Formats: sequence, structure tokens, C-alpha cells
Amino acid sequence: MSPLLTVENLRIELTTRDGVAPVIDDLSLSLNAGETLSFVGESGCGKSMTALALMGLLPEKIGRVAAGKIIFDGEDITHASPARLREIRGNDISMIFQEPMTSLNPVFSVGEQIAEAIRAHQNLPRKAAWNKAVELLDAVRIPNPKGRAGDYPFQMSGGQRQRAMIAMALACEPKLLIADEPTTALDVTVQAQIFDLLTDLQKQSGAAIILITHDMGAVAEMARDVIVMYAGRKAEYGPVDAIIEHPRHPYTQGLISCVPHIVSDMTEERHDLVEVPGIVPSLKDFGRDECLFASRCQHRTEECMSKRPVEKHFDNNQIADCWHAEEL
Amino acid sequence: MAHPTRHCLSYKGAMRVNFLLTTSKRVFYAILLLIAVLVLNFSLIHLAPGDVADTISQSMGGADQELLDQIRADYGLDQPFMVQLGRYIGGVLSFDLGYSFFYNMPVTQLIMERLPATLLLVLTAQLLALIIGVLLGVVSARKPNGITSHFVTFLALFGYSAPVFWTGILLLIGFSLKIQLFPVAGMRDVTIDGGFFVQAQDIFMHLMLPMITLASVFLALYSRLSRATMMEVLGSDYVRTAKAKGLTQSQVVYKHALKNALSPVITLAGLQFSAVISGAVLVETVFSWPGLGTLAFQSIIARDTPTILGILFFSALVVIVGNLLTDVALRAVDPRLRGRG
Ligand SMILES: Nc1ncnc2c1ncn2[C@@H]1O[C@H](COP(=O)(O)OP(=O)(O)O)[C@@H](O)[C@H]1O
Ligand code: SF4
Ligand SMILES: [Mg+2]
Repeated sequence: MSPLLTVENLRIELTTRDGVAPVIDDLSLSLNAGETLSFVGESGCGKSMTALALMGLLPEKIGRVAAGKIIFDGEDITHASPARLREIRGNDISMIFQEPMTSLNPVFSVGEQIAEAIRAHQNLPRKAAWNKAVELLDAVRIPNPKGRAGDYPFQMSGGQRQRAMIAMALACEPKLLIADEPTTALDVTVQAQIFDLLTDLQKQSGAAIILITHDMGAVAEMARDVIVMYAGRKAEYGPVDAIIEHPRHPYTQGLISCVPHIVSDMTEERHDLVEVPGIVPSLKDFGRDECLFASRCQHRTEECMSKRPVEKHFDNNQIADCWHAEEL
Repeated sequence: MAHPTRHCLSYKGAMRVNFLLTTSKRVFYAILLLIAVLVLNFSLIHLAPGDVADTISQSMGGADQELLDQIRADYGLDQPFMVQLGRYIGGVLSFDLGYSFFYNMPVTQLIMERLPATLLLVLTAQLLALIIGVLLGVVSARKPNGITSHFVTFLALFGYSAPVFWTGILLLIGFSLKIQLFPVAGMRDVTIDGGFFVQAQDIFMHLMLPMITLASVFLALYSRLSRATMMEVLGSDYVRTAKAKGLTQSQVVYKHALKNALSPVITLAGLQFSAVISGAVLVETVFSWPGLGTLAFQSIIARDTPTILGILFFSALVVIVGNLLTDVALRAVDPRLRGRG
């Protein structure tokens, strides 16, 4: 069976005041139907930009696919027409955003916004679409869905709005759901509920999920594979278990040791990287031919500063883009 | 457990009661405001030298003191200020705005004859400015460097700097003298005879130039504001969500974005109502449009105090009604305002 989604050597360039920079630089991945792939990494590493590229929603005039392919269901959507992309968006691929407070339109009722997503792709009468919206609100566990469908976003809490967003995203039973930090803006107690909901809905619908999150616990629970992003590049890619067991990239090591309950059995040495000093480089430096993590890396050598690391493949399907991955 | 539908109804019901309450509160304040306007207008006019008796005697070619006193007694002008004020307000509340000696008819009747023309001009100009302004704003927001966007910038500059009477005269010279497209002045052509549609068309042709002149000032304001808000809204998260659903460009722009961009424009239009009316005075004078503006102009020249007071009162009334309507429109486009006081 061929994967649902294959990304091959994707390069996305943003044109800003500082010039053109690759916000995504040579990214490849594959995702099977019904499976979950997770993206982790600090803010500003290009996770959202990857998600938007998959949706065909790169910032207009600024962003473009400079090279590579996004093959979804056998079709390279980097070359799809705007009309074809509209057919795919919200129907085959849909997306949940980070900001539930601002992602719903404040002047339309929640039910109408969900029904609209249905009517955009299915030839349903208004009433039928509305009823389906109510069913979807019920499915995302909003109490009294019939009464709440007429509510406006300002009448709902952050968690309820995110549930409504999920209902909207699932309205047309997409094959791929992209969740871009769906819980970052929510209360801790609500975060777990949203992850549970996503897990259950995935079981029911069989949708593949791309989960962008800072929550390593959720990654461990939900995802089969994980991609660690750093400054527009993949730092490490592979099965979640393998990477948590033995991260090969110093950046991954740093990130993972931030999550005590996952790495409760980790050794003393790993503790050294809990605090990764420094910050993600700014976009204009993304394209440099060197390891972009070098300035923050303890293991850095001359080689790291003079050449971009190549992929190191390991037997357990783990890939790390680090000159010293084998030794670590 | 609460019954779901009942919960919903009671919530919606509460919103409706709230809406009625706030509306009646607003109407009450509006009436207080109107009375304040009356008192202020009356006092100001009273402070000015000269009164109706002077006007009447002038129109008779002069009168001696005895006759003046007689006239003053007849019209209650010899009474203390408070009594006159009380009588005036009492009169206004029973729709009696006094009598115009200059026009020889009751002021209420005089104003009622002129009001429709002014309302027609003011409302159509506002509507034209709003519709064209918003459209220009939307189109230029989608292409910030496009030709429409530059046109809006030019229009704004023109609208801010060109005095309305100058624009009016320019249009008059251009489109009714040089190119004889529209009639020069007035509201209807007395020589035209015909049914409703012929008459309406005649009025429409007369209306065009004054309406465009008056609209031009506000068009500049509205198009600039719509462009700014539209650009902001087009970059918002919910517009991205709308695109992510697979909606078409026009659904995204004209449904999701526009409805959000309208509120600030409607608010501005409401605030501009009084400016539109004062603009109308000038425009009516330029085009001899038979409305309150020309009436105001003539009655100020003629020192026709009751008429001036009546016009001031009606202008305040129109502004207040305009603001109430603005409120209703805002509530229609923004659900967040509906539950609030
Ligand atoms: N519209 C934009 N214009 C210019 N730069 C942008 C824009 N959106 C994102 N960026 C830059 O692209 C980089 C990646 O951003 P993003 O994909 O949002 O990161 P993440 O989702 O991982 O936090 C950042 O350096 C960010 O500043
Ligand atoms: S390539 Fe060098 S600098 Fe970069 S992460 Fe590996 S060891 Fe550190
Ligand atoms: Mg992001």
C-alpha cells in the first residue's frame, strides 16, 4: 500500500525584507492512512509553515514552494490549480489551528460555520447541513448541541471553541487532519480532554493525523512517528519509541529531557541538556550551509560549522541530521 | 437536567428583553437630548439682538414703539424668558414650532414641505458613499498596490481638501453646462407632465449632481476606512479558517471578511450624520435644492427666528434618529453587541 501522504525534498521559500529564505529546507516524510505523525520543535522552526504548505495556504505573495513534491493520495498538490486545492481543502485535508479564540468568525454562529464547511463540499440542503453540524457538535462532546449550534463563538469557552473547530475540520470526513498546536492556548485540564477527543475521533473516522505540539506526552501516546524540526530543517525523524529511547540529535536530546515523565529512566549524562541555552536563529539565517544548531550545541566541531549535516540512517528507521549522530 | 430547548429559548428571550430595554433606554435619552437642544437653541437665539417684532416691522416698512409693543404683547414676547421658553417647548411637544412671518405659514408645515427633499438628498448621498466606499475599500484591500488602491488614496486626498461647494460648482459646470447631462438646479421640472415614473425619473436626474457632490466628501472617508479594516480582517485567523474550509475567494471576502469589516464603517457613518446634514446645507444652496438647507440659508438672511429654531430642532432630530438607526445596523452585523446594554 502506498502512503497517503509523501513529501519529497520540499523547499519552501519566504520572501521578506531580509531577502528570500528557506523556511522549510529539504523536508521529506511519509504518512500512511489512519496513522499519526507528530512534529515537535521550538517556536519559529517552521512547523506551521509546513502545515500551511500541505493545505496550499502559504502566505500569499510571500511564500512559495521552491522545490519538491507533496504527493497526497497519488496527486502532487504543489502543482494543483487553485480550484482543485479548494476541492481538497476542508474535504480531504483539513486543519485545526492554534488559536481557538480567533480562528472562528465572530459574527456567524458556530452551527452556521460548521454547516458551511459541509455545504462547501457536499450538495446538501441548508437544513440537512445544519442537522449534521448539530450531530458533529454532539460528536465533539459539546453538551446540548442543538441549543449550542446557534451560539456565537463569543458565547463559548476556549475549549468549546476548539471542539467546534474540530467538528468543522471533521465535517467532511477528511483523510488527513492537521492539528497545529491544538491545545497550546488552552487550560491544562482541557488539553488532555482535547487529545482524548482527537484520539477517539481518529479511531472512529480512520483519518491520518499530523499533530504539531509541544506536548511530548501526547506525542508518545498518539503518534507512531515524530519529526523534530529545527530552523526549517528536520533534525531527527523516526518512530516515537525509538527516538524517546535513544535520541541521536543533540537538539532532540535537549527537548526530550524537558519532559520528566517520559524519560524517567534516563541517565545522568542526558540531564546535561535539559536547558538548551540560546534561541532559534532568525529566518534570514535558515539557508546557511552549516548546522544551524551549532551555536547551541555542546558536541559541535569544526565540521558542524562548515557544512550542513547529512542524514544518518539507523537500523530502527531513525534518521538524524547530525555529523556526530553515531557517537551520541 | 434543564430541558435543552427551553434553555435555548430562555437565553434568546433574555437577549430580546435586553434589546428592548436598551432600545427604550436609548429613546428616553434621545428625548432628553432633544429637549436640551431645544433649550440651548432657544436661549442662544434669545441672546441675539432683535426679535420677531423687529422683523415684522421691517417688513411693514418700519413701525413706532407703540406698534412694536403691541406686536410683542400679541406674540408673548414681553413675557419673561422662562415663560417664553416653557411655551416654546410646550408647543414643540405638540408639534407646533410657531409661525413664520416671513413665509406666512406655520413653521411645522414649512419644514414638512422641505424635509422630504433634504432626507432624500442626505440618505441617498450617505448610501451612495457607503456602498461605493465599501466596494472601493474591499477591492483595494485585496490588491494594495493595484490601481483601485491608488485611486482610493487620490480620492481621499481630494475628499479631504476640496470644499464641497467647489466640487458642486465644478460638477455643475462639467455635467450640466458643458455636457448637458443633468439639469442645472432645483428638484423637478415643472414643465414635465407624466405619471409616477416620469416624475420619479425627473427627480432622479435632478438629484444626481447634488447627491454625488455630497457623497464625494464621505466617500473618501468610507473607502479609506474600509480599505484599512478590510486589510486587517483579510489577515485574520478566521479568514484563514474560511480558506481552510475550501470556500471560494468571493465567499471568503464578501461573506466572512466583509461582515466583520462593516462595523467600523457603520460606526463612522453614524458619527458623520451631523456632518452630512451640514454638508447638505451647502450642497442645497449650490444646486438650489428645495430642502431644509436652502430654507435655513434664506431664513437666517431674513432673521426668521421661528423657522431657524425649527430647522435646528429638526436637524437634531434627524441626527438622533440617524444614531439610533446606526445602533440597529451595528447590532445586525455584530452579534456581540446584541446582548449588551
Ligand atoms: N507571514 C510571514 N512572514 C514572514 N515570516 C514568517 C511569516 N510566517 C512565519 N514566518 C517566519 O517563518 C518561520 C517559521 O514560522 P512558523 O512556521 O510559524 O514556526 P512554528 O510554527 O514552528 O512556530 C519563523 O521564523 C517565522 O518568523
Ligand atoms: S551537527 Fe554538530 S553542531 Fe549540529 S547538532 Fe550535530 S553535533 Fe551539534
Ligand atoms: Mg506554529
